[in-house]
Amino acid sequence: MLTSVAIVFDGLVYASWLFTVSVGLTLIYGVMKILNIAHGSLYALGAYAAAYLVGAYLGGGYPPLFSYLVLLAAAIAVGAFFGVLIERGILRLMYGRDEVLMVLVTYAVFLVLEDAVKVIFGVDPYFASQPYGLLGTVDVLGLPYPVYDFGLIALALLAGIGVWWGLNRTRRGKLLTAVIHDREMSVAFGINVTAVFLVTFIIGSMLGALGGAFTAPKVSVVPGIGVEVIVLAFAVVVIGGLGSIGGAMIGALIVGLARAAAVHLLPQAELFVIYGVMSLVLAFRPHGLFARPATRKI
Amino acid sequence: MSFAKDKTLIGLALAIPALLAAGAILPDWLRFLLQVSLASGLAALGVTLQMRAGLVSFGQGLYFCLGGYAAGMAGHFLGVTDAFVLLALGVLVPSAVAVLLGFLMARYREIFFAMLSLAFSMILYGILVKAEALGSTDGFNLPKATFLGYAPSGAALRFATYALTCVAAVTVAMALHRYLTSPMGFIGEAIRENELRVEYLGTSPRTIVHVKYVIAAAVSGVGGALAALSVGHIDPDMAYWTTSGNFVFVALLSGTGSVAAPLIGAFLLELVRIYAVEYSPYTWQMILGATMLLVILFLPGGLWSLVARRGRGA
Repeated sequence: MLTSVAIVFDGLVYASWLFTVSVGLTLIYGVMKILNIAHGSLYALGAYAAAYLVGAYLGGGYPPLFSYLVLLAAAIAVGAFFGVLIERGILRLMYGRDEVLMVLVTYAVFLVLEDAVKVIFGVDPYFASQPYGLLGTVDVLGLPYPVYDFGLIALALLAGIGVWWGLNRTRRGKLLTAVIHDREMSVAFGINVTAVFLVTFIIGSMLGALGGAFTAPKVSVVPGIGVEVIVLAFAVVVIGGLGSIGGAMIGALIVGLARAAAVHLLPQAELFVIYGVMSLVLAFRPHGLFARPATRKI
Repeated sequence: MSFAKDKTLIGLALAIPALLAAGAILPDWLRFLLQVSLASGLAALGVTLQMRAGLVSFGQGLYFCLGGYAAGMAGHFLGVTDAFVLLALGVLVPSAVAVLLGFLMARYREIFFAMLSLAFSMILYGILVKAEALGSTDGFNLPKATFLGYAPSGAALRFATYALTCVAAVTVAMALHRYLTSPMGFIGEAIRENELRVEYLGTSPRTIVHVKYVIAAAVSGVGGALAALSVGHIDPDMAYWTTSGNFVFVALLSGTGSVAAPLIGAFLLELVRIYAVEYSPYTWQMILGATMLLVILFLPGGLWSLVARRGRGA
């Protein structure tokens, strides 16, 4: 009983973390058809910026409760700055190239940013655990859970609902949907696709940095934290279907629960189970659970 | 094309004595670098082979690792020390796995091919990392290799593994060149350009891709086994996605123009890496990434296209 409670809650917390990281990735793919490996670097940059700023903020003796706003601000700043830099500086020159080539382009950007992190922040670990412990713990059916983890679940829901609402309930979102379906036709109708791409990339980058920023209090921030995250995010979005927000949510839940179950029942299978599920889904539904297969063109 | 007229084959055949002579005079560190980069160059060659058919494998580390572990486990657990047997295992095991996975992989193209190959390599990584009998993340050491009963040690052993690596790598490259200049080999480019038409012309792209996938796995497996023999140690990082990413990097940088390109490219990269790590340890990947972007932007055919252009006199 206790184990199943632990599996469900650990799974949910892990899934919400996965979703926060992946939703930006799937958004960028959906609109721009770019599978962005550099998303992992934005996660790392977000984590570093958050850890650094929270350290500086609390070191200044300000009220600790507002450190959550510092985390948020760090994510927005990092996402905006690097989003513009990557999109305007590099991706802009590559539009219209092959999808797979774009993966390699973002891989190159990822390599550059990996070292940029080391140059900017050094190689020593950063700690910013105060926001994590600040809210205390709460008992869930006999198991103590940090309140912060529930905050992460709420954050993931908020991010998901925010993106969904933005896409489906606003004018800009509808324009975006038009661009997703037919880029050339949208241009012909006067939609500024350049601006749409830039804004999408910035929002996606911010979401990636957000995932990193709110994970920073839970872990020690060290070089290379983005490397593992990006393949996990790939697994999530591929399971859900590339470009599908709802798919990313389901994908995150599947991966999160599967991993939690493995950790509690069969620890040796922790990593295996994630990529096992990914392969299984790809084997039976090559385009993921929630994406429509493309038609073959001559 | 006959052997006598094919410049690539002649060049490769001449490379064997040249490499062996170089091995006798080069300092130990440089020879070792050459040896290791020939091994990883073979894995990159596997990526190149698939790239010619328009498929980017982001999980070639799977077969590199399988080759290494097949050789390593036979040596460590079964006490097999003969390098030729280990090498053969390093080809057979990855090929067998590729034949099976190929039935699935051959149905995938573009980004889905890349993602599925990534998933498979990460599965192997996930298993190896948690396998305590295999040393988890630390991996394990291989016993000293013997060569058909000849059991050297010290400097003689190092030269023997170097010689084996050179001969094996170049032989594989020559065989692959013959394959690529055959009709079967040329069809890869046709698939990349227009798969549907290839189908209409009466060939099965799926079978062709399957065959290419298995050949690429075998070649990468040889690379893995050679790397294991050269370094004397294996660990799960051989299957991690960054290893595969590195192979893709080498393939892209070198270009798909010649089978020699990834081998030379891997060596140059290792050479640059050694100096970059020495003088600027934290910006090494940055240099890599920037180079990759420049190559993608300005040299879509890779560095080899510079060589090829000169050869044509254009």
